[in-house]
Amino acid sequence: MSAVYNYVLNLGDNTLILGQRLSEWCGVGPFLEEDLALTNTSLDIIGQAKMLLEYAAKLKNDTQSADDLAFMRDQHQFKNVLLVEQPNGDYSQTMLRQYFMDVYHVHLYSALSNSSNQQLAGIAAKSLKEVTYHLERSQLWIKRMAHGSTESFNRLQTSLNKLWHYHHELFEETKELSQLVVQGIAANPKELHKKWDTEVKTLMATTPLEIPQTGWKATGGRIGHHSEYLGKMLCEMQFLQRAYPGCEW
Amino acid sequence: MYSQGLRDSKAGDESPELLEAFQKRIDAEEKIEPRDWMPQAYRKTLIRQISQHAHSEIVGQLPEANWVTRAPTLKRKLILLAKIQDEAGHGLYLYSAAETLGESRHQMYQDLLSGKAKYSSIFNYPTLNWADAGAVGWLVDGAAIMNQVALCRTSYGPYSRAMVRICKEESFHQRQGYDIMIKMANGTPEQKAMAQDALNRTWWPSLMMFGPSDKDSTHSNQSMKWKIKRFSNDDLRQKFIDATVPQAEYLGLTIPDKNLKYNKKTGHYDFSEIIWDELFDVIKGNGPCNQQRMDARNKAYDDGAWVREAAAAYAEKQQNNKEVA
Repeated sequence: MSAVYNYVLNLGDNTLILGQRLSEWCGVGPFLEEDLALTNTSLDIIGQAKMLLEYAAKLKNDTQSADDLAFMRDQHQFKNVLLVEQPNGDYSQTMLRQYFMDVYHVHLYSALSNSSNQQLAGIAAKSLKEVTYHLERSQLWIKRMAHGSTESFNRLQTSLNKLWHYHHELFEETKELSQLVVQGIAANPKELHKKWDTEVKTLMATTPLEIPQTGWKATGGRIGHHSEYLGKMLCEMQFLQRAYPGCEW
Repeated sequence: MYSQGLRDSKAGDESPELLEAFQKRIDAEEKIEPRDWMPQAYRKTLIRQISQHAHSEIVGQLPEANWVTRAPTLKRKLILLAKIQDEAGHGLYLYSAAETLGESRHQMYQDLLSGKAKYSSIFNYPTLNWADAGAVGWLVDGAAIMNQVALCRTSYGPYSRAMVRICKEESFHQRQGYDIMIKMANGTPEQKAMAQDALNRTWWPSLMMFGPSDKDSTHSNQSMKWKIKRFSNDDLRQKFIDATVPQAEYLGLTIPDKNLKYNKKTGHYDFSEIIWDELFDVIKGNGPCNQQRMDARNKAYDDGAWVREAAAAYAEKQQNNKEVA
């Protein structure tokens, strides 16, 4: 059971931290329609986090709730990939991170819709509808920025140079995960990686963007080794629950 | 470009006959639609009022967004995000309603950014603890609903229709705010103190949301005659107080007004004189957060400039490609 718990927690933390980052844009988007769209995306993704963390809490089979998992764990207990905790940066960085995650989520949820785990299959089927729309939007922004102006292209290229090194972590393989794949519970990371790579590189090939060829690869989220950014995010996110523990809100 | 095709009246064209016919339509409760003839002053008043309302929605995102990243539970975070998204949506409908009168959204927005246009002074106060997220819903949205329910019957069609939809969402917002207050007021002593503190700070500014007293209200008379406004500032304020006092009592919180007392004779609550100088001062730009709010709006606009330019350039390239094909 703990392998499923770790898997669900990893997916739940990815969505929670990504949704939290996106919510920082609330009220200050580049124009009103984007403000609405960003908030909407954040809402969907935090909604997914809520479902996943509720399920994780249930798997733990004790009195913990999704809120306990979100607000009462320290950073070393979070299992998310480092990509989602990276700062929003400018709009190209936010939208590129979003595009990477949207492509990943579409393939992940498509696969999980057929999971032998009914609970996961249900969450995935519901979430797939949302992320399909998110992908349509973030993909269009990649095209807009890549082909729009010199400035937007340069900014997007800079973000690509920064963020490319973070995507590998989404497809890391572990023994525990392989067993879940064999059982038909988890999505196969190798297949996901292949699909992600093909889709992202196909889009990039239609633009003058250059994918960085070498460099460092982010890792560590799965074992609680994060970037310095996560601790500060949690300070903000968990403030009330930590300062006034045991309250009802 | 929106002014083209509008049946604009020049000052000289506003013959007594036209004005009388217009007033008759108003008196007969007919809705005035964008293509209908209307006096210039009617158009101008509406553009001012609707755009101010739109600006208030947009600036009003900021004090609540201040708590989004710190909302105490996932459920509260989702509700607050959804609520702020609604407010941005209201801004969109309202800018659209104002555009039907011939003013472009771009121009209205520039007026906001330059400080020429006003927005509701309530958003120039800070949200200092989590209970403020509750108090904003309960009191600020509660006061807004009093105004807006009346505006559902306003004489200008697009404004009135926008209001119907907005009111439905606002009553949800008010309930969610009150729900936060219920939890806080019935929580630990610290939570109750936060709730009382939020009420203390929000009460008077929310009463000021109804605008100056009737005797000092510059725009009221003509707006009532044109049925843009249906109730006076003071009547709406009284209605709000009468509805809100029992809600505060239910929460076990104290409204910060020693003279607040039910008057059996009038059937209304008596209350202290509002310190009007504070309202006029905040409107002038001297509230605690005026500078901060305008800085935030201007920064978002400036930071977003390259994004808007890129989107426009891409759209143009797509269009050219289509034409070549």
